[in-house]
Amino acid sequence: MTWEVVIGIETHVELRTDSKMFCGCPVGFGAEPNTAICPVCLGLPGALPVPNEKAIEWTMRLGLALDCDITEHSLFHRKNYFYADMPKNYQISQFDLPLCVGGHLDVTTSTGHRRIGITRVHLEEDTGKSTHLGEGGRIGSSGGALVDFNRAGIPLMEAVSEPDIRTPEEARAYAQELRAVILALGVSDARLEEGSMRFDANISLRPEGAAELGIKVEVKNMNSLRSLQRALTYEIERQTKILDGGGAIAQETRHWDEEAGRTEAGRSKEEASDYRYFSEPDLVPLVVTEQIIAGLRSLLPELPAQTRARLEAAGVDAIAARVLVGGGLVSVFDQAFGAGASAPEAAKWLTGEVTAYVNREGSDPAALLLDGGALAELIAMVEAGDLSSTAAKQVLEGVLGGEGGPRQVAEARDLIQIRDEGALEAAVEAVLKTAELGTVERIRAGDQKPIGFLIGQVMSSTGGKADPTIVRDLIIKKSTEE
Amino acid sequence: MSDPADFTIAEAAVALRSEDLTAVELLGAVRRRAAMTEANIHAYLTIDVDGAEASARAADDAFASGADRGPLQGIPIALKDNMVTRGLETTASSQILAGWHPPYDATVVTRLRDAGAVIVGKTNLDEFAMGSSTENSAYGTSRNPWDPERVPGGSSGGSAAAVAVGSALAALGSDTGGSVRQPASLCGVVGMKPTYGLVSRYGLIAFASSLDQIGPITRSVGDALAVLQGISGHDPEDATSYRGELPDFGSQIDRGVEGLKIGVVSELSGEGTEPAVAAEFRTMLQRLEGAGAEIKELSLPSTAYALSAYYLIAPAECSANLARFDGVRFGLRLDGETVEEMMGATRAAGFGPEVIRRILLGTYALSAGYYDAFYGQAQKVRTLVIDDFKQAYEQADVLVTPTSPTTAFKVGERTDDPLAMYLSDLCTIPSNLSGDPAISVPTGVDDAGLPIGFQVLAPALAEPLMFRVAQAVEDLAGFDTRPTLASSEGAAA
Repeated sequence: MTWEVVIGIETHVELRTDSKMFCGCPVGFGAEPNTAICPVCLGLPGALPVPNEKAIEWTMRLGLALDCDITEHSLFHRKNYFYADMPKNYQISQFDLPLCVGGHLDVTTSTGHRRIGITRVHLEEDTGKSTHLGEGGRIGSSGGALVDFNRAGIPLMEAVSEPDIRTPEEARAYAQELRAVILALGVSDARLEEGSMRFDANISLRPEGAAELGIKVEVKNMNSLRSLQRALTYEIERQTKILDGGGAIAQETRHWDEEAGRTEAGRSKEEASDYRYFSEPDLVPLVVTEQIIAGLRSLLPELPAQTRARLEAAGVDAIAARVLVGGGLVSVFDQAFGAGASAPEAAKWLTGEVTAYVNREGSDPAALLLDGGALAELIAMVEAGDLSSTAAKQVLEGVLGGEGGPRQVAEARDLIQIRDEGALEAAVEAVLKTAELGTVERIRAGDQKPIGFLIGQVMSSTGGKADPTIVRDLIIKKSTEE
Repeated sequence: MSDPADFTIAEAAVALRSEDLTAVELLGAVRRRAAMTEANIHAYLTIDVDGAEASARAADDAFASGADRGPLQGIPIALKDNMVTRGLETTASSQILAGWHPPYDATVVTRLRDAGAVIVGKTNLDEFAMGSSTENSAYGTSRNPWDPERVPGGSSGGSAAAVAVGSALAALGSDTGGSVRQPASLCGVVGMKPTYGLVSRYGLIAFASSLDQIGPITRSVGDALAVLQGISGHDPEDATSYRGELPDFGSQIDRGVEGLKIGVVSELSGEGTEPAVAAEFRTMLQRLEGAGAEIKELSLPSTAYALSAYYLIAPAECSANLARFDGVRFGLRLDGETVEEMMGATRAAGFGPEVIRRILLGTYALSAGYYDAFYGQAQKVRTLVIDDFKQAYEQADVLVTPTSPTTAFKVGERTDDPLAMYLSDLCTIPSNLSGDPAISVPTGVDDAGLPIGFQVLAPALAEPLMFRVAQAVEDLAGFDTRPTLASSEGAAA
């Protein structure tokens, strides 16, 4: 039987607001455990939540960017379950009246464009972080646990997709595009490895053409886009094998084990909590007016899809446009383009050498020492013949390494091309003099082969700084003269 | 009465400013009364000896330097032990919080301190404010100063008993279903529940968040007004706190009831009301009529379901509010093989039977498959109650009922029958569901000499009108009897 894959993705994103969702504690990282806490985020008796308006606004920004409707009267609910790193043993979340509903996100894969529905975007609070001591890794079998509540109460935005995704590649494209939108909005640093952006995927299989959904499995613990794609690929194989063998899929949560390359069963849904949602009596309904929505909409930045379209219109090819947007290099590109660099040239440098540098050094694209003006200058120097393409790469490295502007680096490293014919004539003559007998005659007879060899000799005698085009002309000129 | 422990706030305020009395002396009088009566009454869980003394000294210094922060400066006030006090043990009468010293002050505590009040100590209550007698306290039952064999009511029973007996001039209680008004009624003092949102709940250990409201327990209507003025007002730490401009609570207090329409809620003053309570209630109605008010009998049909709705909504909210008591971050912790076992053992040992009963009830009412039939239905009744009140207030300016259908009952009398206990709050619960203000004023005693309270209900934010009628009731009743225990002779006897 042919099975159709049905995937939906829940994405949690920690917002980088100044303070936590319901108290004034700072949202920060790397602080000593349990230092960014107060009675509210520690869930002490008597403490009450006060909502963070910025977090509410930012959630609506994502909703608007995904073309969602903003709910006029939305509510916070209590989601009740006991967990040691959840201070109140209920999470303030949203239930049947979330802030944003019914949007979509367009994604592109090797098989084309697809529109993925967005069910909802809502806001909740993060939990603390447990570290289990001793063996076992799980609370029950370990030698105890330490809990750090610094993370407890950080605003957590959740975007839920419709079960519209059909392939692991599409799932990855969706996650990537959503991340790009979030980065463009500037509401989170969306780092997968650090957990400030986390994906859970619901995946089921059904006979091709069936209307009813199959039994779904929730896959967790995927810490990169690559592992999201790998985990889903694995899960499709696993489920296909079971179904082809006449078996039934167990409805359960499975954890992706990156090293083993497989998913493993966790808590089964039958044992899962009944969350006993009810509206949070410590908070009042959120009322969002048309004016607030219009104001937020007017402040939306350019979104990735719009940016890509703009770059393509400027002459950047589609793949490079995607890399620029995905790599956070659009602002450098815009500056370089604005400073007169040609779009394809600027894109070529950024998606090539600069991206390679960023990947190699693991540096933050936003903190690069290369601004667009410098890139434009570098490109201009190459076009003017002041730098060979090899030298230009060395200059770029110097600029990225903080040695100064392109010209400064080129001069300091003595990489400016020699273009003075008088100076090059002597070098060419010297090479011709020592050349093998008959070389000049061969050139004169139209043989091109020796020219390349002679250029190489001139280049090495000038320390690689000679302009090869001029050298070539001089060689031909000198050979024909004699 | 010459013992300052028996002063009203108003009387003490005059004495403190005429230099006849210092705040330290006033505190001393209250302390002496506590020393004489605590063995019998057990109003307090904790007495803050050093803190109160320092506050009293500071108040005297302020008076001496001419700094006057108003009517509460130097006044000894007790706090129900479900309001957190920085560094001072706060238990909500539960084993699960034994020895817990909060790192912060509740907003009402900060406001009282800022007003120069002297916080005497923390009073007993039914565990987590769940009960109507203080018999659910993990630290022993408080006794009624009018008859120590009887309960003081609850859950703010310790606060009401302290004010009645003179071991504080005033106290704060919290009222979720009548927990300020019912004990005030049973102890012969004034108890008031403000409009929901007027007084910050920040630092009040939550029982049922949508119903809880802190209110004053005092010896006079005027004193309740003074305390309310001291503790009310918007608090940015409480998202449900009222943001608008506060009414001038005392603006109508001396206007009397002439021309006012007073509605009698038939469902809350008939069946189930003790004859003596009913008779006392009718007597006051006649007096009000004699003073020029128009008395109208009104029906609030939904109140028949109010008690049932309350006993779904309050437990549902408490089931979540009390989930944080898990042994992880504060309070009692029992060991277990797993985190779940540790939490389970801690909660089983730390909570008393009534608390466990309500958590189970609330958890059930919120469960998948039962939500609509129980919690959802209860919320609909709540809406009906609100609508009923709205309609009633189109026909009457205020509504009146007896505060409690009975006078103080004996210790142990109702402990085996939770339903009978729940009925104590029949008349007080509707205003918690609606969020409207209400006040209990003592008007007389029954044949056994036990006090009877008269309740005045008003629309939201109509505290000025409520105080006006309550003041008239107090004047018409002329009730100045004090419990026998509230004197050195009584205590010695």
